[in-house]
Amino acid sequence: MAVNTEAVGKEWPAATYQASRAKIAEYANVIGAENPVHFEKDAALAAGFREVVAPPMFCVVYSAPAMGPAILDPEVGMNFAAMVHGSQEFEWGEPVCSGDEITTTPRCLEIYEKDGKGFYVFESISVNQDGEQVVRGTWTNIVRGV
Amino acid sequence: MESGEQIPELRVTPDKYLPHRYAGASGDFNPIHIDPEFAKAVGLPGNILHGLYVMGLVARANAGLAGGDPRALKRLSVQFRGMGMPEQEIVVTGTVKSSDGDRVVIDTVAEQSGNQVIRNAEAEVQLTE
Repeated sequence: MAVNTEAVGKEWPAATYQASRAKIAEYANVIGAENPVHFEKDAALAAGFREVVAPPMFCVVYSAPAMGPAILDPEVGMNFAAMVHGSQEFEWGEPVCSGDEITTTPRCLEIYEKDGKGFYVFESISVNQDGEQVVRGTWTNIVRGV
Repeated sequence: MESGEQIPELRVTPDKYLPHRYAGASGDFNPIHIDPEFAKAVGLPGNILHGLYVMGLVARANAGLAGGDPRALKRLSVQFRGMGMPEQEIVVTGTVKSSDGDRVVIDTVAEQSGNQVIRNAEAEVQLTE
């Protein structure tokens, strides 16, 4: 059975997330990022940032509200019981600081079948309140037995 | 840094409740990560680590080359393979693949008990001068 590729090229509504010191600190703590620029405003300013700055992988936090509806969309039709997160890429631009409003737009890049598995590839583009790109993500989910 | 050079190894043992704290920090409350009974019912050995948490450790190990400067990591791509479990040590290693001045590309992996949780990963890091 072939995978349904109708959703390729589909874009979902953008979602905006406001970064806060508390969420940045919580995320930095859980991955063990110890640089004081993630916790103390003075340290962040001294290092040339506008405010407390997020670790790069904080992108998963601000992208999540936009990615959820794309991944769960019945038009994409992934079988979640047989799905794994196969691979992930991020390419970073401007750093994200507390107070920034990050807007993420998801798009389905490709859907294909290989060795009996379905590959569902999504792209996310996140920009800050000044329109500068902060991250581009490529999210690949693999579904067994399509 | 020169091709073939190793990055400093990062060793972390996530405690039993790390997946719960990561769920809170990230918003990903999939029960396979936080509910051992649910995880076993769907055929897993127990609740498993979030892949993106382990990717966070890989990012941290590579950004460590520039003193943990959040501007240093320019790109990171990973493949998730084996499952990561709480209460077992994770070891992140990396080898410089190529360098162009202060910009280095690193082949990096995360393993746990000899099992690669993240493999074929590549990080691009801007080193400070």
